[in-house]
Amino acid sequence: MFSGFMADTWTAVTIVAVIAGIVGFFVVLRDGAFAAHALPLGAFPGAAAASLLSVNTLFGLLAFGALGVAGIGRLRAGGRREVATALTLVTLLGVGALLLSLTTQYAAEIYALLFGQVLGVSRADLGPIAILGAVVALTAALAYRPLLLTAVAPELAEVQGTSAARMELVFLAILALATVLTLPVVGALLVFSLMVGPPAAARAFTARPLAALLLSVGIALPTAWGAVALSYATNWPVGFFVGTLSAGAYGIGALWSRLRAAPAPGRK
Amino acid sequence: MSRLAGLLLAAGFLTSAPVHTALLVGGGAAVISGVVGVFTVIRGQAFAGHALADVSSAGGSLAFLLGVNPILGFLGMAGAAAAGMEAVGVRRLRGRDLATGVVLGAGLALAALFLYLDSTTTSTTGAAITVMFGSMFAIPAATGRLAAVVGGAALAGVALMYRPLLLASVDADLAAAQGVRVGGAGLMYALVLALSVALSAVTVGAILSTALLIGPAATALRLSRRPGQAMLVAAAIGLAATWLGILLAYDSYVWTPGHGWPVSFFIVTLIMAAHLLASRGRA
Repeated sequence: MFSGFMADTWTAVTIVAVIAGIVGFFVVLRDGAFAAHALPLGAFPGAAAASLLSVNTLFGLLAFGALGVAGIGRLRAGGRREVATALTLVTLLGVGALLLSLTTQYAAEIYALLFGQVLGVSRADLGPIAILGAVVALTAALAYRPLLLTAVAPELAEVQGTSAARMELVFLAILALATVLTLPVVGALLVFSLMVGPPAAARAFTARPLAALLLSVGIALPTAWGAVALSYATNWPVGFFVGTLSAGAYGIGALWSRLRAAPAPGRK
Repeated sequence: MSRLAGLLLAAGFLTSAPVHTALLVGGGAAVISGVVGVFTVIRGQAFAGHALADVSSAGGSLAFLLGVNPILGFLGMAGAAAAGMEAVGVRRLRGRDLATGVVLGAGLALAALFLYLDSTTTSTTGAAITVMFGSMFAIPAATGRLAAVVGGAALAGVALMYRPLLLASVDADLAAAQGVRVGGAGLMYALVLALSVALSAVTVGAILSTALLIGPAATALRLSRRPGQAMLVAAAIGLAATWLGILLAYDSYVWTPGHGWPVSFFIVTLIMAAHLLASRGRA
């Protein structure tokens, strides 16, 4: 499990978990679970596009992630956020259905993109993953205060001159970048569960933002590590373990806040 | 003239049995999704509707594994997830998306496992594609009959519960004051949603059934503020997009060299075109 070729996998998974923990903190804070689900799933056809044009998969994912951000940002101007998200998602997937039928990719490869394949991480993948991860972490650090403020107190942010709409775009962009680096490892369908379960659990344990952010990373790491280890041991898809372990983390968090809320009613 | 007709209507379209089944099941799925989708959009539950469809893919892939009719699998899982979501309380606004997301994640985890087992224990390698992206032209006739029953049940449910369901969707407090059992209406809605999702999952696939559910309904609600009218419009848009999509996909076997483009692509494109046209018209 810790032999040579798995070393790259462990490095990749660690980066992925740290990024998912950080970005997930904002996902939970801004109630962006649907966007966190829609962007990876919508970006997934980008892999098929990249294979058609025979360029690196990451470029295809980036392009479709950008299309997703633009679509959600554009469509929501005229209507509800979740309807805009749903419409953007199905449009990208519709194009994806066409692209997938045009490529000669094997069903197994499509399955791996949907549900993840950690054992496929190679040394060459590590560079882009590390760079993208650094960009996401840096952007999140720079935009930490406005992202927090526009989510918690949009009116106050507006008074201070921070546009909530613009920060939403920044949030979506960070989400899309995180998606691109996480997707090939965890799979398009289960990226978001790593961005929802651990941070939601973290928020149940602490109300302080920075502590919740760190704890979110702290829970995402063992979740991802455990998923890879179990996947390695059983040969079952890593997405299955990421999904169930994340749901488990959320369950523990929910249980904890219920236990704590019981003796002191009125506390949120 | 006949050449033009031949171009529009590739040979055998009107006589092929799989096309008949596709038109019937696909059309039924579109009509029901349009009607139910208006409730979904009014209730602000687009995410829940999409999540339900995704989770139902676990049922679809389990059905492949057990060798039973996929529609039963989709239906069972969608029903269980719908009841679960109502129980968790997706109607509360706070933390609602989070709860939906966690249920969705757990459901997809199961789908991942079942599809993996599908590919290792049976010879059905294409199960992932079939479950996720649908197989409009490969619907067995038996599924067609079952789909008719499911569709009929969904429409009957909406017709019977129309008033209380609408009232509870628009304003839960007002509905409760008028003596509507909001919880019961919510459960009924969840059930009808599960039926419609199962139906569209076998046609355009689990992850694209959201197109039929949300697309026509969102378009119709832009064109008409009256819910009843919007349902008719949504059903019409969905039906037109589906039938035209099936025709185009069938024709595409002629103008692409024997390969054909997927039905789902045409249907989604047509639905989005209608939506953009309607948005432009109002703006």
